[in-house]
Amino acid sequence: MNQPLSVSTLGAQAVDVDIRSVDLSYGTNHVLKGIDLHIRPGEFFAFLGPSGCGKTTLLRLIAGFNRADGGEVLVGGREVSHLPPWKRDVGMVFQSYALWPHMSVKRNVAFGLEERKVPRAEIERRVAAALELVGLSHLADRRPSQLSGGQQQRVAVARTIAIEPKVLLLDEPLSNLDAKMRVQVRRELRDLQQRLGLTTIFVTHDQEEANTICDRIAVMNDGAVQQVGSPMELYEKPANLFVASFLGTANIVPGRVIEEGGARLFEIDAGVRLPIPAHVTVPEGAKLVFRPQHASLGADGARDVSLPGTVLHSEFLGSTVRYGVKVGSAEVSIDVPFQSGEAIHKPGAAVEVGLSLNAAVWLAS
Amino acid sequence: MADATTAGRAHAPSGPFRHFMTSATPGQLALALAITVFLALFLIIPVGTVIYVAFTEKGTGTFTLVNFVDFARTDLFIRSFWNSVYVSAMSVVLASIFALPLAYITTRFDFRGAMLIQTLGFLPLIMPPFVGAVAMLLLFGRNGTVNLLLNDWFGFRIPFMEGLNGVIFVQAVHYFPFILINLSAALRNIDRAMEEAAQNLGCSGFRLFRRIVFPLAMPGYIAGASLVFVKVFDDLATPLLLNVKDMLAPQAYLRVTSIGIADPMGYVISVVLIVMSILAMWVSARAMRGKDYATVQRGGGGLAKRQMRPWESVAAYAAVLLILLLVLAPHIGLLLLSFATIWSFSPLPDGFTLAHYGRVFGESFVYVKNTLIYASLAGLIDVVLGTAIAYLVLRTKLIGRQWLDWAATAALAIPGVVLGIGYLRTFYGVQLPDGTPLATLWIVIVLALAIRRLPYALRACYAALQQISVSLEEAAENLGATKVRTVRRIVLPLMAGGILAGFVTSFATAAVELSATLMLVQSNADAPLAYGLYVFMQSAAGRGPGAALGVIAVLLVALCTFASHLIIEKSQKAKGAGH
Ligand SMILES: Nc1ncnc2c1ncn2[C@@H]1O[C@H](COP(=O)(O)OP(=O)(O)O)[C@@H](O)[C@H]1O
Ligand SMILES: [Mg+2]
Repeated sequence: MNQPLSVSTLGAQAVDVDIRSVDLSYGTNHVLKGIDLHIRPGEFFAFLGPSGCGKTTLLRLIAGFNRADGGEVLVGGREVSHLPPWKRDVGMVFQSYALWPHMSVKRNVAFGLEERKVPRAEIERRVAAALELVGLSHLADRRPSQLSGGQQQRVAVARTIAIEPKVLLLDEPLSNLDAKMRVQVRRELRDLQQRLGLTTIFVTHDQEEANTICDRIAVMNDGAVQQVGSPMELYEKPANLFVASFLGTANIVPGRVIEEGGARLFEIDAGVRLPIPAHVTVPEGAKLVFRPQHASLGADGARDVSLPGTVLHSEFLGSTVRYGVKVGSAEVSIDVPFQSGEAIHKPGAAVEVGLSLNAAVWLAS
Repeated sequence: MADATTAGRAHAPSGPFRHFMTSATPGQLALALAITVFLALFLIIPVGTVIYVAFTEKGTGTFTLVNFVDFARTDLFIRSFWNSVYVSAMSVVLASIFALPLAYITTRFDFRGAMLIQTLGFLPLIMPPFVGAVAMLLLFGRNGTVNLLLNDWFGFRIPFMEGLNGVIFVQAVHYFPFILINLSAALRNIDRAMEEAAQNLGCSGFRLFRRIVFPLAMPGYIAGASLVFVKVFDDLATPLLLNVKDMLAPQAYLRVTSIGIADPMGYVISVVLIVMSILAMWVSARAMRGKDYATVQRGGGGLAKRQMRPWESVAAYAAVLLILLLVLAPHIGLLLLSFATIWSFSPLPDGFTLAHYGRVFGESFVYVKNTLIYASLAGLIDVVLGTAIAYLVLRTKLIGRQWLDWAATAALAIPGVVLGIGYLRTFYGVQLPDGTPLATLWIVIVLALAIRRLPYALRACYAALQQISVSLEEAAENLGATKVRTVRRIVLPLMAGGILAGFVTSFATAAVELSATLMLVQSNADAPLAYGLYVFMQSAAGRGPGAALGVIAVLLVALCTFASHLIIEKSQKAKGAGH
């Protein structure tokens, strides 16, 4: 797959995608609610969110299969809303791959070029380059039904990049592959995108997929963008409770802010309280949010505060043990590294819960 | 069938049931034997006799090809052969022209009334084509409504119904639903993403249809088209009624009825008819092989049908209306005719009357009664055989059970006229104690109808049984039910919907079938509706009552079909709620 020559054959100038206050409804079902996004040239960008939140709808809008009720979509600075799908030069890889079963792999890949009336010799060259890029030159004459899932997926990608689209859209491209293939193919996709420098939008409901291959992620829920940022930013500085709990496991503990002796404290329950660092702003009605690995059980000098708790249950996960611990009236998960030979706390045991405050955040919604 | 058992061993039991089966019980063996005897007596031996006669010398019984040489040397037969091929092919073309826009528009666009169109599209099937032929003559004939108006306004006529044109027109109108049904199903089964991917790569409009949609729907289209070809090739009554005699099926009938049952030519033509049927089915099977393009919807966004632009909408409605008007013309014409006092040389009837219905209800009700009896019995035989064969094939390990399925399905390739000739030849010699030949009994008509419709009922029963998980039966046996009781209490109730569907298909099509019966009806008192219609329609005076009888036939079949549709839907719903 490492053919610099092919890349230069298929490379194109990267463009940006600008989505401005887009609204869309299916009947009374308001599916996209004022979406604003800017995807930078050459960026690998993800739409991440639970199933049914409108990711596919937004992607199809960019490709021209849906029509927005309001707002505009600009590709490379050019408004495309009025263009039909076949005039947009926005390449889409479908979730089902949509390879035409009555055509060979080669014919599938050549299709878009033929539609563009590219000269025959040029078609030959670009089809060969695209197939080489995805490592399938040797299967050019097969029918799609004679290929494995991973190969079909690569044909679908080759078919799309052969036309040198301005933007590449991928709708859950890994969802029809088994777990092992998924890891391999997502690396290949990342690799390919890097070499082509092609602006790419990747739709997924799987946070691990998005985290591992994307530069930036837009987390979506219920038709609205919740937060945009790099995987690390989203994990460490979630903008709201949805983002916090959708990316990884988060403990969300309700409580109230009280003042005592000029210091702010967060009271989880009567008597169970912890100090709030001075630089942290805590909005009205906010809840304490922290990750399981940012807490510990027993005396741990590295932690900032210590709260009394009771072990409810434990799960052995291999490298760690995840405890469910009752703190006040809240139940939290705590990950403790597993050391061989070390005993596991039994349900009902009284423990000290240590917490690192600089990793904790307070979020209202 | 003698070596059937040994040959059957090579075919491993198919489907997910192979672990379930235990060796056959005596009851299953007896059942299989009974079915074998039935199929042998009423399908294999009569058809075998026809083929045997075609290949042997008259009188001596020695093998010869001289009959086929005679066939090839007779201008009339060769002309008839090519006429049949031409008419069948052109009927397919015309039927495609009717079906293609309807199928495409109703499956691909947000089109109001799509359901209604798909339903209306079935209507032509429940009326025998030859009945429609008379109505079509009155509407499109030389002096029919359309040509009279054309002549008045523009001074020319269009020879819709002249000679072979008439047969093509009538057959296309009658059989186009086969293409509509298959093509619609194929179009509906294409993943929308297949088309969207093409649009995404720059393809649209007619190119999209030509490069992606049509190739993907091709297997479905071929299946429908080959069915139409076979049906038209085999049809006897329509050409006869339109006074076209130089086609193959009418020739077979005329030889046997005018020259006699001993004349070999009728048998030779029969063999040619069988060969053409098999050929068409082979073509269709080849087209389907390895091309199961039905792509299940994966991934979102596939539901939407495209919205039409205003001008597209207007064009689509105009096209759909015109086609519907054309294909429903026989029904409209028949209805008019059934109420008409006199209708000739005028665009519309001179006056209207109820007299024809009175006459039909008075003296011709015996036809209706016979049809109800014959079609019900045939349907019953079919679902009993169909269920039994499906059970033996899917749920037992009986050696050679696939052969039962194949033998029953082989009836598809046997034209009605051939079966009729075979029955006459085989059963005329067999006499009852009082001296009447077996072939003259009305029950023979029932048997012929049952054999002709068996393949359809069998497929319905087969599908119904296939959908029932074996574990349901295992659960019953695990709780102490014997095989027989399991079948009665679990299998049959769950199959009920499919069995009823099979019965209706058999009943509805047997009620309007004529090609086999035309040969076998011996007296008016034993004649079914289709035969009565044929007799009426042959004389100008009989057309009014004939039309009334036709309307009754259509209503009868439509009503039965609709009623059973309701029942099936209800039972399906009840079953769905139970899960
Ligand atoms: N063609 C359609 N017609 C009506 N509703 C639709 C259609 N496509 C999607 N929806 C609805 O829009 C919402 C978002 O769907 P989708 O964009 O496919 O979600 P996602 O891709 O995030 O899982 C869902 O509630 C879905 O039911
Ligand atoms: Mg989706």
